[in-house]
Amino acid sequence: MHKVFALLRKRPVVFILAGIALYLLSNHVDELRNFQGATAAVYIVAIASIVLLTGYSGQISLGHGAIMAVGGYAAVLSQKYWHFNLLLTFVAAVLAAAVFGAILGFAAARLSGPYLAGTTLALAVGLPSLADQFHILGGEQGLPYNVPQPPASLGADFTQYHWFFWITGSAALLMVWATQNILGSRYGRQWRAMRSNPTTAALAGIHVGRSKVLAFTLSSGIAGLAGALFVLTLNLVTPSAFPLSLSFTIVTGAVLAGVGSLRGSIIGAVVLVAIPELSDSLATKLGGAERVSANLPGLITAVLLILTVLFFPEGPLRRRVKKIK
Amino acid sequence: MSGLVVKDLSVSHGAVQAVRNLSFAVAPGSLTAIIGANGAGKTTLLRALTGLKKAESGSAFWNDLSLLGAKPEGLVRAGVVHVADGKSVIPEFTVEENLDLGGLWRRGKKDVALAKSEILQLFPALTTRMKQHAATLSGGERQMVAIGRALMSRPKLLLLDEPSLGLAPKVIANIFDSLNQLRSEFGLTIALVEQNAMSALKVADHGVVINLGELVASGPASQLLADPALRAAYLGF
Amino acid sequence: MIRLISTLLIGLSSGAIYALMALALVLVWRSTRVVNFAQAGQAILSTYIGYEVIVHVNNYWLALPIAALAGAVIGALVDAILIRRLSQSTGPSAGIRPVIATLGLLGLISSIVGLIWGNDLKRIPTPVGTHGYTFGHTTIPFSPYNLLIVASAAIVMLLFAIVFQRTNLGLALRASAFAPETARLAGVRVDRTRTIGWAFAGAAGAIAGVMITPQNALSPNSMDLLLVLGFVAAVIGGLDSLIGAGLGGIVLGLGLALILEYVSTSLAFPAAFIVLILVLLVRPQGLLGKLRSRDA
Repeated sequence: MHKVFALLRKRPVVFILAGIALYLLSNHVDELRNFQGATAAVYIVAIASIVLLTGYSGQISLGHGAIMAVGGYAAVLSQKYWHFNLLLTFVAAVLAAAVFGAILGFAAARLSGPYLAGTTLALAVGLPSLADQFHILGGEQGLPYNVPQPPASLGADFTQYHWFFWITGSAALLMVWATQNILGSRYGRQWRAMRSNPTTAALAGIHVGRSKVLAFTLSSGIAGLAGALFVLTLNLVTPSAFPLSLSFTIVTGAVLAGVGSLRGSIIGAVVLVAIPELSDSLATKLGGAERVSANLPGLITAVLLILTVLFFPEGPLRRRVKKIK
Repeated sequence: MSGLVVKDLSVSHGAVQAVRNLSFAVAPGSLTAIIGANGAGKTTLLRALTGLKKAESGSAFWNDLSLLGAKPEGLVRAGVVHVADGKSVIPEFTVEENLDLGGLWRRGKKDVALAKSEILQLFPALTTRMKQHAATLSGGERQMVAIGRALMSRPKLLLLDEPSLGLAPKVIANIFDSLNQLRSEFGLTIALVEQNAMSALKVADHGVVINLGELVASGPASQLLADPALRAAYLGF
Repeated sequence: MIRLISTLLIGLSSGAIYALMALALVLVWRSTRVVNFAQAGQAILSTYIGYEVIVHVNNYWLALPIAALAGAVIGALVDAILIRRLSQSTGPSAGIRPVIATLGLLGLISSIVGLIWGNDLKRIPTPVGTHGYTFGHTTIPFSPYNLLIVASAAIVMLLFAIVFQRTNLGLALRASAFAPETARLAGVRVDRTRTIGWAFAGAAGAIAGVMITPQNALSPNSMDLLLVLGFVAAVIGGLDSLIGAGLGGIVLGLGLALILEYVSTSLAFPAAFIVLILVLLVRPQGLLGKLRSRDA
C-alpha cells in the first residue's frame, strides 16, 4: 500500500493547473467543442494505454478497441444490474478490463511480435460481436448508459455536453497523472529495459514474463476507463461502437505522437479529433461530393501516419534518431 | 593490373577505431597473409573492403575498381568475393544449395556447371555430401563449402576471414593446400586473414602484420617468419 | 453424415481463400520479416482493376490474370518505395515501424480506392455455376464455383512450392529471407529478390480477392475481414512456412465451418479467435512454425 502512495506523489500540480485551465476553457466554447473535448479525453486515455503497452513494454496490441468494449460493457451492466453510481461504474470498467487484460496478458507473454498482433487482431474482430449473441448484453441494439444530469448548482445553462466534458476531462487528467507515475516508477524502467533487450533484462533479474503481464493488465485497465468514458459520450453501448477501425485508430493516435511519449498522447488525441473536422471543411471546399467526404478523413490519417513513421520514428516530440551504422 | 591497394584506410567499430590509416598492397596472383591477434582489426578491415561496413577515410582499390562504399553483391559480380566467418554457409540449406547460391547471379549455365565440377575435384569430400544439410557437416567440410561457394562466382580476388578457426591442424593444412592450388592453378589473388600466423605465413608469398588496427610490418612471408623479434612480439611463436 | 460432409466442404472452400491470403502474408513475412497489413489494400485495388476489366470486357477469365498481374506490380512498388527504406531503420521502434507503415498504407489505398470508385457496393458475376452439386436427391452446398476456388488455391500453392523449392529464383528468395547478409556476399541482389517476393505475394492476394468477391460485394473495405482471417490462418500455420499457410487456412476454414454449423451460426468472429487461441496455447509458434528467439 505504501508503494501505491509513493507512486501517486508525483507532480500533481501540473495536472491541477491543467484541470483549471480546461474548466475555464470549457465555459467559453460551444456545444460541439465540448463534445469534441470529451472525445479527445477518451482518446487521450486510450492512447495512454497503448503508450504503456507498446511504447514502454514493447508489446503490440491491435485489439484495444475490444478491451475498451469490455470496460464499456462493464460500466453499463454494473449500472443496470447493480445500480452503481457513475464513479463506481468507472471503477467497474477499470477492474473488469484489467482482469480481462491479465488473462490476455498471460497468453500474450508467450507470443512474440506478429503472433501477438494476430491474436489481438482476432480479438478486436471477435469480441464485440459476442455481444450480439447474448441477450443479457443487449444484442445488436445495445444497452443505454444513463448519465445523470448536471447538478442544479451549476446553473440551468449548463448543458449535457459540457457536463460530459467535465467528467471525461477530469477522469482523463486523473488517469494520465496516474499513468505518468506508473511509467516513471521502477516498473516503467523495467518495461523499457525489457523492450530494448529482453535477454539482458532477464539477466539483470527482471522477471520478463511477469513484467509483461503486469503491463498488459495495467494497459487494459486504462483502456477500460477509456471504454467507459466512450460509452458515456454515446449514452449507449453497442457492439458496433467498437469496430476493428477503433483499434487501428488508437494505435494510429499513439504512433502519430510518438508511441513512447505520454505527453504525445494529448497531441495524438487532438489530431484524431481534428482530422474529421479538417477533412469536412476541406471536402466542402473540394465540392462536397459524397465519396470525397467519406474517404478524405481516412486519406489524411493514412498520409500522416506514413509520414510520421518514415520521418519521425520516435514521434514529432523527439529529435530524429541518428542512424548509427 | 595493380592488385589490391589499400591506402590510409580508417574504419571505426562503434566508438573504437578498429583500423587506423592502414596501407598495404596485395600483388595480383599472390597469396598474402594478413595476420594479427584477436581484436587487431582484421575482420573489420575485410568488412570495410567488401561493403559490409562503411569506412571513414582512405581508399581501397582492386585494380581500377573502388571497393569502399560498394555493395557486396556488386563486388561479387566484379570478381571480389569475401568468405566471411559465419556468413558463408547457410546451415539449414543443403551443400548443393549453398554452392548453387554462389552461382545464382551468373548467366552462363554451362560455365556454372563446370565450376561446380571443378570445385568437387578440389574438394572431393563434398561429392557424397551434396544433398546433406550443411549443419551436419564437420568444420572442415563446412569451410570447403564456404570456399566452394565463393569459387562458384569465379572470383579474381578472394578475401578469406580466418578459415582455420576451430579446425584441427591437419584439416587446416588441407585447406591451406587448396588455397595454394587456387593461387597457382587458377591464378587467383588471395588475401588470407588469419590468427594462426605460422600456418598462414608458411603457405603465403607475402605477409602483412597488423596490431591494434595499425600496420606493424609487411614483407615476404619467409622474411617475416625468420624475424625473431617480430615472431615474439606479434606472432606468438 | 451429409451434414458433416457439407460442413467440411464449405469449410474447405472458405479455407482455400484464407489459405491464399495467408500465403501472401507468409511470403512477405519470409522475405522481409514484415507483417503486411497493406495486403488487403493491395488485394482490393487489384480486385477493382479486375472489376474494371469485367465492366469493359465482361470476361472473368481475363480479369483474373490481369488482376494478378496488377497485384504483382503493386506489391513490387510497395516494397521498392516504402519497405526498403524502413528495413534499414534502427532504434527502439524499428520493429514496429514497418508494421505501422503497412497499416497506414492500408488506410491510404482504401481511401484512394473509395475516392476513385466510390464506396457503394459493386458486384462481380461468377464465371461458373453457384448451385450446389446434386447427388440423387441431395444437394450439397458445394458448387462448381467452390470447386474453382479450391482448385485455384491448390494450383497457386503448388506453383509457389515448386518455385521456392526447385528453382534458382526460389533459392535466392529463401536465402534473401533467411540469411540476407550471406546471400549478399554470395552475389545475390537481396533487395531486388525481396521485391520479387512482394510481387508474388501481391499476385496471390489479388487472386484471393477476385475469387472471394463474387460471393460478397466489392467495396473499399470489403477485404479487411479477409485480411484478419488470412492473418489468423497464417499465424495458425506458423508464419515461417508456406505449407503452413495452406494448412492454417484449411484448419481455420474447417474449424469455423464446424463451429458455425454445430455450435451457433452467429459466432463467426469469436470462433476465429477461439481456433487461434487453441492452436497458440499448444504451439505458440504456430503449427509448422519454428521456435526462434524473440528477436528473430
